[in-house]
Amino acid sequence: MSGLTMPPSDKATLARRAEIVADMRLIVPGEGVVDATSEMRAFETDGLTAYRQLPMVVVLPETTRQVARILKYCNERNIKVVPRGSGTSLSGGALPLEDAVLLVMSRFNRILDIDYPNRIVVAQPGVTNLGISIAVEQDGFYYAPDPSSQIACSIGGNVAENSGGVHCLKYGLTANNVLGIEMVLMNGEIVRLGGRHLDAEGYDLLGIMTGSEGLLGVVTEVTVRILKRPDMARALLVGFPSSEEAGQCVADIIAAGIIPGGMEMMDRPAIHAAEAFVHAGYPLDVEALLIVELDGCGAELDHLIGRVEEIARQNGSVTCRISQSEEERLVFWLGRKAAFPAVGRISPDYYCMDGTIPRKELPRVLHGMRELSEKYGLRVANVFHAGDGNLHPLILYDANIPGELDKAEAFGADILKLCVKVGGVLTGEHGVGVEKRDLMGEMFNQTDLDQQMRVKCAFDPGHLLNPGKVFPQLRRCAELGRMHIHRGQMPFPDIPRF
Amino acid sequence: MTTFTPSSSEEVLSVVLGALSEEAPLEIVGHGSKRGIGRLVQAAHTLDLSALSGVTLYEPEELILSAKAGTPLAEIGKLLDDNRQQLAFEPMDYGPLFGDGPGRGTIGGVLAANISGPRRIKAGAARDHILGIHAVSGRGEAFKSGGRVVKNVTGYDLSKAMAGSWGTLAVVTDLTFKVLPAAETETTLAVRDLTDDVAANVMAHAMGSSAEVSGAAHLPVLVSGKVAGGALSGAAATLLRVEGVTPSVAWRIGHLKDLLKAAGEMQEIGAEQSRALWRDIRDCAPFAGGKKPVWRVSMAPSEAHRMVDALRRQAGANAFYDWQGGLIWLEMEADPEASALRAMIRRFGGGHATLIRAAEPERAALDVFEPQPPALAALSARLKAEFDPKGILNPGRMSGTG
Ligand SMILES: Cc1cc2nc3c(=O)[nH]c(=O)nc-3n(C[C@H](O)[C@H](O)[C@H](O)COP(=O)(O)OP(=O)(O)OC[C@H]3O[C@@H](n4cnc5c(N)ncnc54)[C@H](O)[C@@H]3O)c2cc1C
Repeated sequence: MSGLTMPPSDKATLARRAEIVADMRLIVPGEGVVDATSEMRAFETDGLTAYRQLPMVVVLPETTRQVARILKYCNERNIKVVPRGSGTSLSGGALPLEDAVLLVMSRFNRILDIDYPNRIVVAQPGVTNLGISIAVEQDGFYYAPDPSSQIACSIGGNVAENSGGVHCLKYGLTANNVLGIEMVLMNGEIVRLGGRHLDAEGYDLLGIMTGSEGLLGVVTEVTVRILKRPDMARALLVGFPSSEEAGQCVADIIAAGIIPGGMEMMDRPAIHAAEAFVHAGYPLDVEALLIVELDGCGAELDHLIGRVEEIARQNGSVTCRISQSEEERLVFWLGRKAAFPAVGRISPDYYCMDGTIPRKELPRVLHGMRELSEKYGLRVANVFHAGDGNLHPLILYDANIPGELDKAEAFGADILKLCVKVGGVLTGEHGVGVEKRDLMGEMFNQTDLDQQMRVKCAFDPGHLLNPGKVFPQLRRCAELGRMHIHRGQMPFPDIPRF
Repeated sequence: MTTFTPSSSEEVLSVVLGALSEEAPLEIVGHGSKRGIGRLVQAAHTLDLSALSGVTLYEPEELILSAKAGTPLAEIGKLLDDNRQQLAFEPMDYGPLFGDGPGRGTIGGVLAANISGPRRIKAGAARDHILGIHAVSGRGEAFKSGGRVVKNVTGYDLSKAMAGSWGTLAVVTDLTFKVLPAAETETTLAVRDLTDDVAANVMAHAMGSSAEVSGAAHLPVLVSGKVAGGALSGAAATLLRVEGVTPSVAWRIGHLKDLLKAAGEMQEIGAEQSRALWRDIRDCAPFAGGKKPVWRVSMAPSEAHRMVDALRRQAGANAFYDWQGGLIWLEMEADPEASALRAMIRRFGGGHATLIRAAEPERAALDVFEPQPPALAALSARLKAEFDPKGILNPGRMSGTG
């Protein structure tokens, strides 16, 4: 990744920078256009801080009409645009380009409607994920997908990344909780998909948009489903002498027909880092720690907690605590929620990975990771959305030591390749961005990638919106559209027919 | 007119290549159980996927199942049932509505039509559970998307793009779905004799409670006798289903009764009858077998009964509500009244209407699927062209879009 190649800068655009900035000021009056280098510094990177690039200009529109005018302007003049929400992407999705307008959606920060009878909130895309839950909290409702970055990340960014969280095994990802969006296409057209009803008519463009990483359109409004908070939640904190046993416990819980609200696993290095940081009372002599959270009515929890405890015991658990109060439940989570900063304390830098694997492959993948850790001479700590097989290995390195970043990246790439090899995927929730772009070939062949790029062509034939992300190599739409079949050349095959 | 019945994805690819080279469009069918929906397809040949059949991978502990597109839904249902699992989106069976009898339909058709059922309000539709596909595009190229794990955001979600595309973008040959544990038991609470507007309030209340209601339907008196062997005849029935482990179901039903105690007379319906009842609601049994036009309308739950009430001042229609009102099944007295209905939906906040059952001339003359505003229609047409530039897959079926 350090050798990352981005699309070549367009000299003609850069030469007209002053004119473009002035035109942007005509579209977005007031403070909404930032072109001073010192002020643009705040936008030069996102959550993947190893990469930095100043944009040509930062524009912070306030209305859908402004977004439409900006995009139309840029489209007509062949100017690239990079959308940005809160800039927490861990895959470099919001990394600016030297010759692109950085379109920052943070001033779209209003909740437009709260509709309890239909259990819906309509929000502008810059509203934070947590902001939605807070807006309906006093009435006992919440928005279920809860990425760990929820105090900062925007709902528009969540749509672009199809973000998940610890509760998504039971309650789904962003894609399953968004009912509609308004978006602007690169040509300036405003399109609404879905709304307060379910299952939009026609093609599932909403499904395509969710997780499209800012390459297809700019989201200007989001309609989400909210849920009533469960009566209560209780958690079990279970220690195991090996990850195999912890993994089997997870499988057995699911096989027993139980889908917990959350089911998280940490390995020994992660447990130790978290415990040293927050003193949650985690056992230190276990190889794997599971947090199993059950939510629902009291009668259900009383019934299921005993069953989960029993399953844990059958799988060789050596410690098992059951939360007896809301405070205790939150303490169980404290270490898991602080796992990233905790690891940040024991290492100058860390690099967070995000592969998903079939759960049964966990022991094999952890073993492979230990071997890689030795090979690269770098430590790794693992936190794991155990219920859905989503791994977050944290690779510990020191950017000040020459070559360590490269080593960390090579290590990370090897982990992801291993995930794919055992039947998994490159990214479970953080997106491809620039980070995993050049690994796409591990999962997809050129035909697969070409068909994905053709979808891009239907939305943005000039490849102007967020280019350089997701696809290892951009192919021109005209070239992608060509067909090589000639009339009469391929006869119908000789297969059963009537 | 030839019917091809390939039994491998390679054979599907060669049929599509043949069709491309002869510029001879294909009608794609599984069991043909939903052939009555959409515009009639004008195709030279038929690509029948029913021989492309079989579950290829089922790992209950990983919550995944993969099957070839022509695998009967009934076969998958049985396999899951034996393992106390299910497709949580509760796919409906269109057979009875068309007078064809139950039990037909393939897993490929479930995705192509983005089918769901009463649990849609809690668990989503086929689109929410599809994890990965292999398919052959109208360009004659085999491609894949997604994967075999339950959480994945690698690349564009082309699997979802197939949901509701009615075979107009690509021929899906293999699918992987997320599967989930089946509930241990269920109970339905029936509140009797409510008018449509009061029922809408009751359902909104129940759905907005922590009782985790997994089905919310309202059957007005003209409809209530036509489900579960007539067990609910005589008065309107507002139905709230609760599923889960036994003690939890009992507690939550109690909670609902408490919450709704002022609403009206209530009765509890036990697991066995509850299952039969929701199967009938799922399959639109009240309008099964007839010939009158039937619409499926999706709109904001709170507006549904208002829209129906206003429509009835213009046209005769029988209606019942699923998804808390978000899904309206409408049986028209005589004419489909497409423009009156669509204007009314727009007036009450928007949504969409699909003409599910109608005579052939009506299907040919009317927009079966909701027409889209120009920018959206143009985008859909561009998407179609990127998958099927020569228009050889189910030409005209979705008219407008596909
Ligand atoms: C500490 C930490 C913890 C995290 N934990 C999780 C987690 O648990 N689960 C998880 O899924 N992710 C997690 N993330 C990743 C990140 O927070 C999510 O991907 C989030 O959705 C990004 O939102 P954002 O507003 O910051 O988007 P940005 O980073 O600004 O942008 C992300 C992408 O979305 C595009 N985009 C943003 N807004 C729009 C818009 N309005 N229209 C079109 N495209 C747009 C951008 O172009 C970019 O490609 C974490 C990140 C951090 C730093």
